[in-house]
Amino acid sequence: MSERSSIFDMIGPIMIGPSSSHTAGVVRIGRTARHILCEMPTEATIIFYNSFAQTYEGHGSDRAVIAGLLDYATDDVRIKTSFDEAAKVGFKYTFKSAGNASTMHPNTVKIIVKSENREIELVGESKGGGLVNIASYNGFRADFSTSLNTLIILADDVKGSVAFISSILSNDDCNIATMNVSRVGKNALACQFYEMDSSVRELTLAYMRSLSWVKEIISLNALE
Amino acid sequence: MLDIPLFDDFKSWKAYCLEENKPLYMPVLSYEIMQRGRTEAEIWAHLKKAYLVMTEAITTGLTEDMTSRSGMVNNSGKKVYNTPITVLSPEFQKLISRAIAAKEVNSCMGRIVAAPTAGASGILPAILSTIQELHQLSDEKILEGLLVAAGIALIIERNAGLAGAVGGCQAETGSAAAMGAGAVVYCLGGTIDMVFNAVAITIQCMLGLICDPVAGLVEVPCIVRNASAVSIAYSSAQIAIAGVGAVIPVDECVQAMGEVGQSMETKYKETALGGLAATLTGQNIAKKVLIQNIEILPEE
Repeated sequence: MSERSSIFDMIGPIMIGPSSSHTAGVVRIGRTARHILCEMPTEATIIFYNSFAQTYEGHGSDRAVIAGLLDYATDDVRIKTSFDEAAKVGFKYTFKSAGNASTMHPNTVKIIVKSENREIELVGESKGGGLVNIASYNGFRADFSTSLNTLIILADDVKGSVAFISSILSNDDCNIATMNVSRVGKNALACQFYEMDSSVRELTLAYMRSLSWVKEIISLNALE
Repeated sequence: MLDIPLFDDFKSWKAYCLEENKPLYMPVLSYEIMQRGRTEAEIWAHLKKAYLVMTEAITTGLTEDMTSRSGMVNNSGKKVYNTPITVLSPEFQKLISRAIAAKEVNSCMGRIVAAPTAGASGILPAILSTIQELHQLSDEKILEGLLVAAGIALIIERNAGLAGAVGGCQAETGSAAAMGAGAVVYCLGGTIDMVFNAVAITIQCMLGLICDPVAGLVEVPCIVRNASAVSIAYSSAQIAIAGVGAVIPVDECVQAMGEVGQSMETKYKETALGGLAATLTGQNIAKKVLIQNIEILPEE
């Protein structure tokens, strides 16, 4: 049976307006990109698709995505002035609109963001009520919600890797809520996405990072 | 002993309160603890913060500049609050201006409580702060009223939906008004039947309202509908607390709202393709404020 609604969603969320899907959800997607990037962004290209394409200015989705990339929460009053805050730290960005993306969710945003050391691409969907789905990360199909702790593992596409990681997680007392694997090609790179009810210990993350076939590990805490 | 109701309908909520001799807000509290694992302290803290943000939104809307990027929002709350011409009573003038002010804060990227949605975020703040002021109610009583409002929203969500994209404006401002009317009657000591009649009568008055935002923005007619929803909530509360029945029971009113929402055409569900959005002026505003420079992707 599906989970019962919370009264915190009936009287809440406490958020910056005007729209839970076009503002609050977009902040969350931007913030997820920032948490994956792990450092202050320097440059970003943001593409708003479909329903977002026309109304992103009116709903403040542009300020919302920049606010998220600056790591602001969905109820942070600085969202309204995020452009000024970005200018202060020398973070530059451009916005684009794209329509008719029939295979994409109506409210989709793509973020290509650079920091001093990294560049990532994230596609997020805003599903309403502030809920989001991260559809892809660096081209790998992702499908995670950001409302649980998430572990992203980029690794060689070798046999047994999923079984190995999930057994480490269970030994670490992490209950896996959802998981997803996608790859660019056979025996190439694969990306694993785990949503869990609790976070993984630093020690365990360090061990997983030390494995020869693991290329990158990103641990994201659940967003409020 | 009866199980804690799951807020599928009003009938079982009432049956539980009568059987267990509990006030209406108690099973809402128990529901959140049982279903979502929250502690009682966390719940009260959240409600307290939510009510604080609601009252802050009113103050912000009545004191700071409220203009939106589209130009459609321009300090209406302050104008209504300050006009020397009082149409009905100073209390009514304040009530209406508060709803507009809090909703304008939402349109202008300020902090609000989505209750139940951002599009309806002016309604509960105006209703609750006004009833508290007029009747010198304690904050504790108002927070109990918020829990009753949350219980009402849970039932409407389950049977009809709360999003404009699902059920039209009746689902957003209609639900918020129903929540507010129920909370008012509860806070003034009305019986369970009176509370539920206030909800039922409010739904009867808001039934069928479409969601037709000009240019797709949460501004016109959303802001004035927050004001009218507040008026309807107060008229329904006044009727219900006098002991006047709703004739159609509240659960059936909610079913009707769901049925109307389902058969409502898509163009009236937040798509900005019908109603006021489709008028000549509405379309002209859309052309002016919407991004026109869109790359059209090839068919995939």
